[in-house]
Amino acid sequence: MLNQYGPIVIFAVIAAAFPVALLWLAKFVRPSFKPTPEKVMPYECGITPESDARGRYTVRFYVIAILFVIFDVETVYLYPWAVQYQALGLFGLVEMLVFLGILIIGYIWLWKRGALEWI
Amino acid sequence: MVPLSHYLALSVILFVLGAAGFILRRNVISVFMCIELMLNAVNVAFMAFSRFLGTLDGQLFVFFVIVVAAAEAAVGLAIIIAVYRNRESLNIEDLDSMKM
Amino acid sequence: MWNAFFHRADYLAIKPEVLLTMFGLAVLLFDFLLEKRDKYLNAVLALIGLGFAAVQLGMFWPLLVGQLPYSGFGGTFTLDTFAVLAKLIIVLATAIVVLLSMKYLEIEGAHLGEYYALLLLSAVGMMFLVSGSDLIVLFIALELMALCEYVLTGFLRVNRKSNEAAVKFFLLGAFSSGLLLYGMSLLYGIGGSTKLSIIAQRLAERPSPDPLSWVAMITLLAGIFFKIAAVPFHQWTPDVYEGAPTSITAFISVAPKVASFAFFIRILIAALWPMRAEWQVLTIGVSIATMTLGNLAAITQTNIKRFFGYSTISHVGYLLLGLVAAADGNREGLTAIVIYLLVYAFMNLGAFSVVIVMRRKDLIGDEIDDLAGLMARAPGLAILMLIFLLSLAGIPPTAGFIGKYFIFLSLIETGHYYLAVLAVVYAVVALYYYFRIVVAMFMKKAPDTVPLATGPGVTVALGVAVAMTLLIGIYPQPFIMMAREAVRPFFS
Repeated sequence: MLNQYGPIVIFAVIAAAFPVALLWLAKFVRPSFKPTPEKVMPYECGITPESDARGRYTVRFYVIAILFVIFDVETVYLYPWAVQYQALGLFGLVEMLVFLGILIIGYIWLWKRGALEWI
Repeated sequence: MVPLSHYLALSVILFVLGAAGFILRRNVISVFMCIELMLNAVNVAFMAFSRFLGTLDGQLFVFFVIVVAAAEAAVGLAIIIAVYRNRESLNIEDLDSMKM
Repeated sequence: MWNAFFHRADYLAIKPEVLLTMFGLAVLLFDFLLEKRDKYLNAVLALIGLGFAAVQLGMFWPLLVGQLPYSGFGGTFTLDTFAVLAKLIIVLATAIVVLLSMKYLEIEGAHLGEYYALLLLSAVGMMFLVSGSDLIVLFIALELMALCEYVLTGFLRVNRKSNEAAVKFFLLGAFSSGLLLYGMSLLYGIGGSTKLSIIAQRLAERPSPDPLSWVAMITLLAGIFFKIAAVPFHQWTPDVYEGAPTSITAFISVAPKVASFAFFIRILIAALWPMRAEWQVLTIGVSIATMTLGNLAAITQTNIKRFFGYSTISHVGYLLLGLVAAADGNREGLTAIVIYLLVYAFMNLGAFSVVIVMRRKDLIGDEIDDLAGLMARAPGLAILMLIFLLSLAGIPPTAGFIGKYFIFLSLIETGHYYLAVLAVVYAVVALYYYFRIVVAMFMKKAPDTVPLATGPGVTVALGVAVAMTLLIGIYPQPFIMMAREAVRPFFS
């Protein structure tokens, strides 16, 4: 047990110690840090930012994301079917068409409802 | 090979983290993410069992859990958006228009 | 070719579900063709679908009486008398809710086709939940039912309470699904299969209940206790009942309860039967807590939807008592649950039909005081409400008495005298708080003169509910026979 994990432990210790040691060593070389309002700005020598970077954005992105998640994840069923297409034959094809048919009805519905419009 | 108990321990840890987050978090979206963490902890358990039992049922179940989780996410986010439009807040403590 | 996978009869067995799914999708598209004033046609289409499903279920019943259960789709779908009866209750309850919704949605200004589509799809989920005998099928069915309910609860998008109820329902519901799923994963680990029958075999082979099966059982039951609103997982109930559209409150208080209880019974009997001593202890504790909290909290409520929330919790407590008796191998315990669910569905929907009439333009009408003076302004409605309340309290000759009577009987047969006494004591408490409403209706003066929102839909719903409540109360024999036949598959 110890033999197996020994190298990993040593590696982990070195990996943690190395950056800490470097940062500590660099402290002797670099000039000391005195923050000024300009220095703590996101872009010190660019355009002055006008508002918080974590601003809100429109809720329409959420709607698109929700629709994407649904239609994206449903493909999880298509892969196993595609892999076993030969074995499942006509039965698999018909069942998959039923599944896709239901999805398409959902798609028609959200299209007609205007969920895809960017208002 | 890593024994089954390790995977189950990982699954329990993730599940408990999710459950703890569900109780402690105050933002609706965070709470919801904790629930997703719980579902994925279950997925780990299913995959581990499936591997060690040598039956495929567990992997099949994971497929369905993933899809159901996605559907749940869609419904949940839609509800959360509706709430946000009504009261401009996602804090659980602001959901208090009905007394206990 | 096809028979290599599934038998042709498998598809016949799920015909009611397939029909409802097709009608649900049809409503979704049909809605686009309708003018705003013709939206009631959505409800008509939904009712036709429910009618077809009910007829098909009625045709299954004689085929299954006295027969072995039909097991389809590789043993993942079981059709037995129990499932058919539960599905019939679900379909009837959904139909009554559709009838209640037409006028109500118009008043709320939310008469959309999606509402009926979601109702039908939720019913499909419930029907699979009742029949599933495989963890995967059960999980998907449960989620289909629950997801539709979350959306329906928040259906009034601009209403703050409706939103809030939806988000609470959703978060707690998803959490409970997580718990349930964790229990399912452990059961799969124990059984090596997702089929309930195989899990039961493996559980029986284990020497004594070990920690793993304990954890599996407790997490699974915690998830189910949430769905049926048993203490300590009941917190969502009053808020969701108050916030949801009233027609949906009626729906949630009945149909999912029937489906979840059927699911609960199947899990306990078909999979966890080797652990019956363990789950009996749990069920006793939970049912006592549920009855206590439900009955005591109902006393102080002023909002009638919240009041019915707590009243539902107390009924769930009674239903759990039937399971306590069933754990001792008592058939009557399960019979009592089936009768109680049948009775409860009609009396509760009846009571909600009266409440829904109170919702008028610019008047929410969901306080107990809004029912004041009902006797003076609409004597017929007041009498109907009285019948439903008497039935909910369990007074003969109404149906509620039959339900409670069988629960008490099964408890006495299995020697749980203290539980029977407790149940009777709480029945007296229940009588007190149900009579608060009666007093308001008959003794107080009406707070307003706005005419009541009656319509053909509500009238039919009230008629069916009151007819069944009185019929089961006065002539219960055929229904008892049906319930006995329904639980037979579990004990053969």
